[in-house]
This record gives sequence, structure tokens and C-alpha cells, in this order.
Amino acid sequence: MTLALYVPRSSPVHRTPAGLKLLALTGLGVLLFTLPRLVVVTAALAGVLVVGLLVARLPVRLLARQARAVAVWLVALFVIHALVTDVLTGAITVLRLLTLVLAAAVVTATTRVTAMVAVVEWICAPLRLVGVRPARIGLVLAMALRFIPLVAERADRIREAQAARGGRVRGVRGLTTTVVPLLVQVLQMAHTVSEALDARGADDVPPPRRRRGPALEAS
Amino acid sequence: MRLGRVAAPPEVPAEAVEPARGIELAGVSHAYGDRVVLDGVDLRLTEHRIGVVGANGSGKSTFARLLNGLVVPSAGRVLVDGLDTRTAVRAVRRRVGFVFQDPDAQIVHPTVAEDVAYGLENQGVPAAERAARVAEVLERYDLAGHADHPAHLLSGGQKQLLAIAGVLVMRPARIVFDEPTTLLDLVNARRVARVIADLPQSVVVVTHDLDLLDGFDRVLVMDAGRVVEDGPAAQALSAYRTLMADR
Repeated sequence: MTLALYVPRSSPVHRTPAGLKLLALTGLGVLLFTLPRLVVVTAALAGVLVVGLLVARLPVRLLARQARAVAVWLVALFVIHALVTDVLTGAITVLRLLTLVLAAAVVTATTRVTAMVAVVEWICAPLRLVGVRPARIGLVLAMALRFIPLVAERADRIREAQAARGGRVRGVRGLTTTVVPLLVQVLQMAHTVSEALDARGADDVPPPRRRRGPALEAS
Repeated sequence: MRLGRVAAPPEVPAEAVEPARGIELAGVSHAYGDRVVLDGVDLRLTEHRIGVVGANGSGKSTFARLLNGLVVPSAGRVLVDGLDTRTAVRAVRRRVGFVFQDPDAQIVHPTVAEDVAYGLENQGVPAAERAARVAEVLERYDLAGHADHPAHLLSGGQKQLLAIAGVLVMRPARIVFDEPTTLLDLVNARRVARVIADLPQSVVVVTHDLDLLDGFDRVLVMDAGRVVEDGPAAQALSAYRTLMADR
């Protein structure tokens, strides 16, 4: 699971403001797509590994897990390019994707969700003019990160319960027999969560936000 | 730590809050569609620790939800420290914390410290004070070492403590617990029981765990939407056991 990756450390990368890290990630993406050369993508990958493993002191297994999660796609991309275009283009494409996945993992692992959400709220601030509350958008993001693993866990439980009773848990039939009870559980949970949000003051109007944008603050 | 008192929010004048009045239910009935779940309840709750027991479907959870305005009664009024849950719901919710049966439904942020801070953010507590209060409450419930951990990786007992911490950090004057030990093993249930017993706030605990109510000042027994027994813990629980034995 790639969610909730934050790894608490005291490193310069952790202390870098969330907005700056997201900006750097965006810049890296632009750079890798505008300069599709092997030397550039290799250097970028090396740079990401140095920043992630040596400067931020993240565990190797964390980045390895992220790489493993996309390994099948990387191999498929390489094979398709090798067949359709050429091996060099395939290598550049694969290294570029791997670099961006690992860079995103480094940003996620060194940035608290609240800092990330604050950046999103800051970016969405102009939407206030059309009646949108940026804080609500931030809450939605935070709750998505919180509840995706929980919903996945509930789906696992349903599959286990069905398997324990001899049910089929694979194929289209397995999918439908999982989705329906999962949907019911998620709707029930959503009702309770909405009550919990009310009980914890979600409807309270927050005071005016601070003047400095979160992009200027350490995460 | 300042406990048991919380400033009334701006929309409610401070003089409107009368803690001595406790929680009052006057002619309270509630129905979901045609199904009546509470029927003509009249009560005044001023005791420090109050328990509520009853069979499944007896109206306990709806009763609990009335106390902080999560449910507004179909008929009658609920007043918390003089504040009507129908007209001053935000002020009521600031005074009455609510701990749900399933902590997974109550924890809304991905990591432990962020979740505890959520209610304080809603109250507009400044960042420095927020951090100090979160650290204090996490320390108190042995969660300090998990501050940056993903909430979904905590044990069931730790999740329930986190849910309680998320409520306590807001310093409510009263706390309602809806079956707080139902999903816990014996060790964690005892731990949560000790936490509840040590709280300086007034508590209302809805539960099937009769041991949890040991020594409570007052216990209400609910049956078919009515309060059928109301008294000290020993007397009310004895009546409840008799009621259940007859079924």
C-alpha cells in the first residue's frame, strides 16, 4: 500500500516546505519529459536515490516496495518499446517513470499529510470566490488517504469470510459478491463517519487563515 | 490541564450556559419513519457517571446521540447545560464529546497526531497550543510513540484510545460513550474502563458490558424506547438482569 507513507526523521528533506517539494517534483517531471536523454534520466534517478536514501535517510525497503509495485508496468513498457520503437527509448521511458515514482515516494515519505493538504488548500484558496471552501477539499483528501486502506481491509475481510464458507473469491462472480457487501459496509461507515465529523466540530467555522502560505512553511 | 470547562462559542452568550442544570430531556420521543425508538422520555442527568443499558434495539444509541445533537428528537426537547440541542447544536457539541463504538469510523486523518488535532483545528485553536495539547493527550494515553504512525496500523485498543484522545483534547465538559468496549479484548476493555473511571468530566456510557458500570452513580435501563429502571448501579443492573432473564 503506497498510502500513509510518512516516515518521521529529522532531515533537511523533511524540513523542506511541502510546497517546495511538490514544486520540485513537478519541475522534475517537466525536465524528464522535455529532455528525454538517457544521461538525464539516469542522473535524475541517481539524484532521487541520493536524496531519498542518504539525505532523507529513508529505508531502502520503502523505495524498493514502490519500485516493485510498478515493476510489471515497467517491464511491459520496455518490451513494447523494444518491439515497436527501440531499446534506448524503452530504457529512457522506464527510467523516467521509475524516477518519478520514487521521487513521489520520497516527497510522500518526508511530508506530513497535513502539510500536503495545507498546500492543496492554499492552491485552492481562489475557489473561495465561487463559494468553495478549500478546507473541505483538504479534508476530503486527508479522508481519502485515511479510508482507502480501511476499505481495502474491509474488502479483504469480506473475501476471507466468503472463502471460509467455500465461496468463490476470484473472477467476475467473486468480484460482484465482494462489491455488494463492501458497498453496504462503506455506506454504513460513511453514515457513522459523517456523525463523527459533526461530533468533532466539522461544521464549526474556522477562523481566517494565516497570511503566510503553507508553501513557505516547513512540513 | 484545564478540564471540564470549555468557553461557549461566540454564537451562544456565556450566561446561556448553566452547567448546574445538567442534561434535561423533556417529553422526548424519536422515530425513524414509522419505527418509534424513543417514547416519552423525561429525565434530568446531573450525576458524574451515568450508565445506560438495554437490549439491542431498545433505543440506547439514539438516546446517546440525542445528548450532543447528532439526533434531534421528533418530539420534546433536549437541553445540555441549558442549551437546546435543536437551536444551539454547535455549542452543545463543544460541550459534549462523543466516542463511537467503532473507532475506525471516528478517526478521519491518516496519522495519529493529525487526527487528534482535527477537532482543535475546527475550533480554531492556534497551532502552537494545538501541538502542545495534542502532545499532552498522546503522552497520557501512551500514544506519543505513535504520533506519526498511520492510524490504520494501530491495534484495536490503541484505536479506541486514539478516538478517546481525539475527543478529550477538545476538553469537553461531558463525554458520551457509545459501547466503547464492544470491539475490544478483555485487557483493552479494562484499560478503556480505567480511562473512563479516571475522567474528571461527566460521562454517559451506553454499553452491554455491565462490569464497565461498576460503581456508577446512576444507571438507566432501557426497553422498547422507554426508561424502565433508573437508579444506582447495583439496583438498576439487578433489575436489568431480571428483565433479560424473563426473555
